[in-house]
Amino acid sequence: MQITILRSENNTHQTYTLEDKETTLLGALTHIKATQDATLTFTAGCRASVCGTCSVRVNGREELACAYKIKDGDVVEPLQYHPVLRDLKVDKNKAKETLVKSTAWLHDFQEASLTHKDEKLTETQTDCILCDSCYSACPVYAVNPDFLGPFALTRAYRYSTDKREGNAKAIIDNIQTNGVWDCTLCGECTAVCPKGIDPKMDITMLRGDSVTHGYSDPSFATQSFGTPDFGFDPNGGF
Amino acid sequence: MLDVLIIGSGGAGLTAALAAKDISTVDGVGLGNASILVVGKAYPTNSQTSMAQGGMNAALGNVGEDHISSHIADTIKSARGLCDEDMVRQMCADAPKTIQWLESIGVPFSRLDNGKVGVETVAQRQMGGASAKRACYAQDYTGLKILHTLYDTCLKENIEFLDEHYFLNLVTDDGTAKGATFLDIRTGEVKQIHAKSVIIATGGYGSLYHGYTTNAYGSTGDGVAAVLRAGGAVSDMEFVQFHPTALKSSSILISESARGEGGYLVNSDGERFVDELKPRDEVARAIFEQFQNSQEVFLDVRHLGEEKLMELLPQEVALCKLHEHVDPAKELIPIKPVAHYSMGGIDVDYALEVTGIKGCFAVGECSNAKVHGANRLGGNSLLEITAFGKFAGENAYKHAVYASNKKADDRQLQQDKKEIEAIYEKENTLNFYEKRESLGKLFYEKVGIVRDNVNLTKAMEEVITMQVMQKKMGLSDKNRENNTNLIEYLEFQNALLLAPTIISAAIARDESRGAHYKVGFETQDDEKFKQHIVLQWKD
Repeated sequence: MQITILRSENNTHQTYTLEDKETTLLGALTHIKATQDATLTFTAGCRASVCGTCSVRVNGREELACAYKIKDGDVVEPLQYHPVLRDLKVDKNKAKETLVKSTAWLHDFQEASLTHKDEKLTETQTDCILCDSCYSACPVYAVNPDFLGPFALTRAYRYSTDKREGNAKAIIDNIQTNGVWDCTLCGECTAVCPKGIDPKMDITMLRGDSVTHGYSDPSFATQSFGTPDFGFDPNGGF
Repeated sequence: MLDVLIIGSGGAGLTAALAAKDISTVDGVGLGNASILVVGKAYPTNSQTSMAQGGMNAALGNVGEDHISSHIADTIKSARGLCDEDMVRQMCADAPKTIQWLESIGVPFSRLDNGKVGVETVAQRQMGGASAKRACYAQDYTGLKILHTLYDTCLKENIEFLDEHYFLNLVTDDGTAKGATFLDIRTGEVKQIHAKSVIIATGGYGSLYHGYTTNAYGSTGDGVAAVLRAGGAVSDMEFVQFHPTALKSSSILISESARGEGGYLVNSDGERFVDELKPRDEVARAIFEQFQNSQEVFLDVRHLGEEKLMELLPQEVALCKLHEHVDPAKELIPIKPVAHYSMGGIDVDYALEVTGIKGCFAVGECSNAKVHGANRLGGNSLLEITAFGKFAGENAYKHAVYASNKKADDRQLQQDKKEIEAIYEKENTLNFYEKRESLGKLFYEKVGIVRDNVNLTKAMEEVITMQVMQKKMGLSDKNRENNTNLIEYLEFQNALLLAPTIISAAIARDESRGAHYKVGFETQDDEKFKQHIVLQWKD
């Protein structure tokens, strides 16, 4: 079995030959590094889909290396929209700044009566492992590098909807610019999330909450007050 | 010069950072504007804490009666006489307020439907060795959800992070910590960071059992090894916990809560052979005995039904399907016990200050605060990192307030630069990755669940041989930047440094106690061995 990995040094795809047996991509990468090519660079941690370290793209789709079983001919590349540090190892610092900008945390704690149903409301959202797969899959970054993006918005939603949050408005206020309205609702994030999270739905919910707090879709505002060009969508095309 | 330098960005490190910051603004204690930095070799949420599944103990009594005194009694009983009862009392007594604090920062615990408010709504489950349903949980993602909430709170509180810096050595001056040296993984540069107080929160050394551990690759005992090199003490190194239920082919953890929720252990004949809710050491040995009798062992949760499994153990179901091709709702899960937790580690006093190094604190799995003794109870590790993480952060800050702000010289920095250079120059005729595999296997087989002096001595000889062979091990990758080959080499160096401490303590302990079980010495010998084996390097 052969897999191909994009090497950063000369920006070419390098092919490695492996035994024909079932293995995870992480198993394969570790094996290659230990026995064939110690310069191959990637990051990994828990082997169990929970530390968020080993996400890469396989045949153009985001995968956790520890959870992906390799097939002959697979092409492995680093995440998109992250500066590549070396081979499959990327710089995640900029992506993590979106969490700060969106103030995705509990602002003002208030004691609340929480139920099993409340737990379920954000159970999946809080499964997020910050692997950055959704960020890499999001086409908005091709045109707006400052977009807050799927994982930060899902996290903002998770806190804003928590009954213990006494100031949900603070979060809603911070996700208006480069935030909920910049999403195209294409659903790529939802498709690639290894934990089954649906950021597209969370962003949709946040739009509803934004309206409740007096915000409106800026593109819709343009239609109402500006141009007679009914149906024009400035966000169209991506 | 920093007030507090925190090395390690898992649950213990993040809690310590928040606590240090918090106390620095308290009138009469802090001076405000504390400079705190958290340094990690990866990113904060990549840490081992994310892998803790089952829960976190606190005697809240939300599901049936429970008392802090029962929590203390269970912990002491499981520790087999080797814990410090004062430390256990402190940890268990701090547990309810620690849950209250986690509740206040937004940890999404699983909930009961009891119409109450606040922490009284937190669901609690049964874990092994516990006399009550005491483990607060968030499905089987408890560690992940606590870790991420801590991280979000650190961002809220403007805690400063330095990611991708590998901890090399402590910088000390006359037995006092003055900072640490790091390798910037991205640039390859060796740096020194000056600090008045240092907290080591670097995790355990379970990865020494490479291939036979539930631990992440990074749990290589870097902090424990650095303390030894700096002249500090380590203790109870022989006590390594084996988790009864890891997946057979991948060593991936299946939480104890699977048994807590009613799962059985059965052998190839379909017979149950042990009370599944005994402490981990006993269950692991019972499984090992089945293996000796050529039986395979399986975890059986089929009777719980698919709905309950998806509700309580969704992560386990996914991992079984992916790594073993087994659907736990319909099939038996093949398991084996593997290394899971280091009870031993950096020896600390009542303030969590490292024995032999002033101004240096250690917390979490890397430290031996003597709360787990010979066998840790499930649900007590998340408690330790949060309850004692806070304690460490506060103590380190208090130390910083009165510590001298005279910076150390750059001797350690120059020495570490030279050592890294020397590694680049070394011959590389032996592949250290192969030796990493061999060391893991050696430890699993000869320093494992059941030990004996003949095999322990053989293991020691093999480790010494490996240390000698280290001269021929070097780097294949000579790049300066982002050289993970170098990092893994340094991690392996730490493993080889710690390996003899574990074996020699295991040889010295001619008895059986908790996780340390020795053939020929099957009983607990309190007269000779109700004591900690403390190791420290002499010049």
